[in-house]
Amino acid sequence: MKTSTLNIRTPEGIVFSQNLAGPVIRCIACFIDQLCIQVVMIVFSVIVGLLGVVSFNLAVALYAIGYFAVNIGYGIFFEWSWRGQTIGKKLLRLRVVDVEGMRLQFNQIVVRNLLRFVDSLPAFYFTGGLTCWLNSKCQRLGDIAANTVVIRAPKISEPDLEQLLAGKFNSLRQLPHLAARLRQNITPAEADIALQSLLRRDEFDPVARVELFSGLADHFRGKVEFPAEATDGVADEQFLRNVVDVVFRAKN
Amino acid sequence: MIVDLQKFIANGRPHWSGLEKMLDRIEAEPNEQLSLGQAQKFHQLYERTAADLAKVTTFSSEPETRRYLESLVARAYGEIHETREKRRKIFPLQWFFHTWPQTFRRHIRAFYLSLAITIAGCIFGGAAIAFDPEAKPVLMPFSHLMQDPAKRVAEEESATGNRLAGHKTSFSAELMTHNTQVSIFTLALGMTWGIGTIIMLFYNGVILGAVAVDYIRAGETKFLLGWLMPHGVIEIPAILIAGQAGLLLAFALIGRGSRTPMRTRLRELSPDLTTLIIGAGLMLVWAGFIEAFLSQYHEPVIPYSAKIAFGFIELILLCFFLAKAGAVKK
Repeated sequence: MKTSTLNIRTPEGIVFSQNLAGPVIRCIACFIDQLCIQVVMIVFSVIVGLLGVVSFNLAVALYAIGYFAVNIGYGIFFEWSWRGQTIGKKLLRLRVVDVEGMRLQFNQIVVRNLLRFVDSLPAFYFTGGLTCWLNSKCQRLGDIAANTVVIRAPKISEPDLEQLLAGKFNSLRQLPHLAARLRQNITPAEADIALQSLLRRDEFDPVARVELFSGLADHFRGKVEFPAEATDGVADEQFLRNVVDVVFRAKN
Repeated sequence: MIVDLQKFIANGRPHWSGLEKMLDRIEAEPNEQLSLGQAQKFHQLYERTAADLAKVTTFSSEPETRRYLESLVARAYGEIHETREKRRKIFPLQWFFHTWPQTFRRHIRAFYLSLAITIAGCIFGGAAIAFDPEAKPVLMPFSHLMQDPAKRVAEEESATGNRLAGHKTSFSAELMTHNTQVSIFTLALGMTWGIGTIIMLFYNGVILGAVAVDYIRAGETKFLLGWLMPHGVIEIPAILIAGQAGLLLAFALIGRGSRTPMRTRLRELSPDLTTLIIGAGLMLVWAGFIEAFLSQYHEPVIPYSAKIAFGFIELILLCFFLAKAGAVKK
């Protein structure tokens, strides 16, 4: 079955997942790489052209070898130097990784890049694209042979909830028995919705934001009935912030 | 139960940051060996982070923290559980005199098969041109081979000037790149369960056999040997080695008689494929030089006997090298 994630279970029983890159985003990365190769070749042809003043024969030979080497070597060089990334992949935050989560080896990079020859048949990576589309791990033939996959590797930094939760008065905490019941009644999925809506609040259209927080606040108000003094005058967004604070911070 | 995320992050952060720093260092300096203490610390941080990941996955659906921990565990997992040889400095001489010939010999049966397919193609091409000379344009659709062999030999031998003067280097480069592309293609077509590789090898054999019989029938055997041998004794084995690699890839895909999963078979084969194709590429560089700088010169510039002798010496050296280099004395 085709999935968008690659799940790897470690011997310790821990499962981690990697988001697989689809054929379209890989195609765009490939297009960027082709542009880079063309730029390199333009620069190279200018340099070789200057050499042509001394020996035209040598310049033609160098250009032929250079064109071949850049076409074949571009992917190998960058994926090896940048641990599975070319310029196109880096820009789109993609990365080639081992299908079992192991360290990417040089020979895997060579094999997957040499097999571009067959993936590009009959033209414009049709075979590779089709295989990628049909394969459960979005692998082209080169990836299958080399045991690699291309994943989406978004920039990940340490999570910071300080700015979201700290330093605000929480009226719900004045009623610890009700706060405990709230924690008990909320599922992880509901807690996640509340947290995500707060983390992404600035991305919403103002009207949609008001409607969203109103709906969510109503939903969570129904979970536990708090007395009026704890909720009166508290805006929907602040109420939701209080709920998230109660759910994700068990103790003060 | 939902974890106290703030406390969870506060407690885990020093460990996660420590692991991240160690990973950055390991990735930046892959050749550096960790001391026992550092390795123990690394393992301890990995286990702690993996446990935190399990905790956050079970008790909270907070995706940002989970993604961060997953990325750390994924990076560390590859470093800790990898059993294959870690990348080291490259030793070209060691590779050339040991790894490459040893790899070739380890898969000699695939080479023999590659050779047999090419010979079958040669027999077919030779027989086709012998029985139906009119089929020449179909069998070898290359303009420079269309000419009558006797006429070509007469032209080549009467040429006074240096035909390739001013073009030798570029001609050589063209040959190298073209032949290397053909070799890589022959390898890559192994992914068609070997069908593409077999077709490539057979077709190469057909052309070779047709050209050979065409010249032999015209009584130009000596010219043929003098023309083809200096570069052909290297170039043809290089294509055969690429075919060997392609067939190995096909065997790994098909996995007949093997109980190991396809992924494992391909994983085990991958270094050998790289070695074989790089070896074939080196042979083609040499063949390209020889074809441009020696093969295209005929009598009276260079005696055929000298060119044939040169080809024989190359062939003997190549056979000796592939058969004996890097052999372990028992």
